Amino acid sequence: MTTLDDIIGRSEHKSAANRITSVPVFWVILAAIAACVALTLLTDTFATQRNVFNVMRNFTFVAIIAIGMTVVIASGGIDLSVGSTVVLTAMVLSVLMTAGWSFPAAAFVALLAALAVGAFNGVLIAYAGMPPFVVTLGTLSGARSLAMVLSNNQMIYEFGPDQSLLLWLGGGSSLGIPHPTFVLAGLMVAMALILRWTRWGQYVFAIGGNEQAAILNGISVKFQKVTIYMFAAFTAGLTGILMTGWLGSVTTNLGQSMELAVIAAAVIGGANLAGGEGTAVGAVVGAFLIEVIRNSLILLGISTFWQGMFIGTFIIVAVAFDRFRNRRSA
Amino acid sequence: MSRLKLTGISKNFGAIQALSSVTLDVAPGEVLGLMGDNGAGKSTLVKIIAGNFRPSSGQIMIDDAPVVFHKPRDAQTGGVEVVYQDLALCNNLTAASNVFLGREAMRKFGPLRLLDYPTMNRRAGELFKVLKSETRARDVVRRMSGGQRQAVAIARTLLSEPKIVLMDEPTAAISVRQVAEVLDLIRRLRDRGISVILISHRMPDVFGVADRIAVLRRGELVASKATATSSPEEVTGLITGAIETA
Repeated sequence: MTTLDDIIGRSEHKSAANRITSVPVFWVILAAIAACVALTLLTDTFATQRNVFNVMRNFTFVAIIAIGMTVVIASGGIDLSVGSTVVLTAMVLSVLMTAGWSFPAAAFVALLAALAVGAFNGVLIAYAGMPPFVVTLGTLSGARSLAMVLSNNQMIYEFGPDQSLLLWLGGGSSLGIPHPTFVLAGLMVAMALILRWTRWGQYVFAIGGNEQAAILNGISVKFQKVTIYMFAAFTAGLTGILMTGWLGSVTTNLGQSMELAVIAAAVIGGANLAGGEGTAVGAVVGAFLIEVIRNSLILLGISTFWQGMFIGTFIIVAVAFDRFRNRRSA
Repeated sequence: MSRLKLTGISKNFGAIQALSSVTLDVAPGEVLGLMGDNGAGKSTLVKIIAGNFRPSSGQIMIDDAPVVFHKPRDAQTGGVEVVYQDLALCNNLTAASNVFLGREAMRKFGPLRLLDYPTMNRRAGELFKVLKSETRARDVVRRMSGGQRQAVAIARTLLSEPKIVLMDEPTAAISVRQVAEVLDLIRRLRDRGISVILISHRMPDVFGVADRIAVLRRGELVASKATATSSPEEVTGLITGAIETA
């Protein structure tokens, strides 16, 4: 005999294929794989060790911040100040290292500077109730200005006694993989687990889904928001340190308009600007996809002036695709 | 013995006096219908009992012991559960995650404390079975019907055997069949000895299920009497002010 329970239980078991395709990030990964396969067949320059290495190094920096941005976006916010946090962190690091500080000490203080920017954003947004867009637009301007004051707007290219360690960390590679990419991989795995398996991760999505409900259910939403913006700033700070090592010099236009590439990567990776959705893996794949598109245009000999058009189209198509998918299932 | 006893509860937001000296008694297993016009102070009173606001003055007693709620969690610990008007659900989370929102089941994993999804899904499933609802614990709330959402919000209150359940307009935006289901559920809560405070505009619902009716008007309690001794006409008069007090 079939009982009601059987029927309820039965419809819970979707087929494996059904379950995989209902994960938003699946389609982004599929697009990335398709692009890679197409480029491997169309060009004999894409699948070379040198080009793959370049792609990895180029997308890593945006991808690291895109993970932080995805958390902010999933909580229903936005952080425009990440590019400026990158340059502020890089500048604090390099000024201190030039003054003879060891790398660990300088990096620690530089990350504190980044966290301070995040805490400033978070407190104004959560406790003063100001819109994230406006607050982070303010720190976008303010943090870069601080970096200029700090360096007197000069390029720094000497980093004291630990210079080689810094250059090794940001610019070196092991097993054919750039060191920053290891940092990215570690961060991605850690955040994928944290978002899925911890209270903090659960509350990011709860706040993004229905902030009022989160408050009514006794979640300390304000404090959580501060930690979310501090995390985004931390990823920007991490990137600032790694980029300094990669470039071997810092100027005050480092990370300029990087926030746009980061937001684009997060959105292509499935982060919903209305809040409540986003994954760490999606953010990384989104950043990867943008870099593959950029790289492929160069390899295919298409004018670089077209880059913006391709990436812009991809952002819109990704969001349109997501809307279409949601409407069908609703 | 009274389950919930409010004595002289007042609340002002700046110059606005939302509640003035409300004194109210609810017995164990009693269903109290709380009525009043928009802005009469019903929601403010509910939020005070639920620990969202602290009263400007006055005392709350549960089972004859004075309590002070600083936050909703305190009220939950004290045995007060709330079904909010908009149900306070996160559409992007599963039914089980919503039921456990703010008090997730955790599992120790070495030094880490991780979310215990199997336990949460199982417990939520059991609660839906108690409610005789066709709601699946793993389904995302976004894809649920109004009745299923209601079940999720109500299952949340049953998570810890509550003493008092506050329901803010539970029948305001659902179909006739679902209203009957919700009223049935209220009776089931009452039979378990749980006191229910039902805030509603809908006269038939209140008269159908409440043992006693309390009426708020401009922040003052103007009546609290047995349903059997009142009538919809009298209550309407009390709400609008056509009848001064009863």
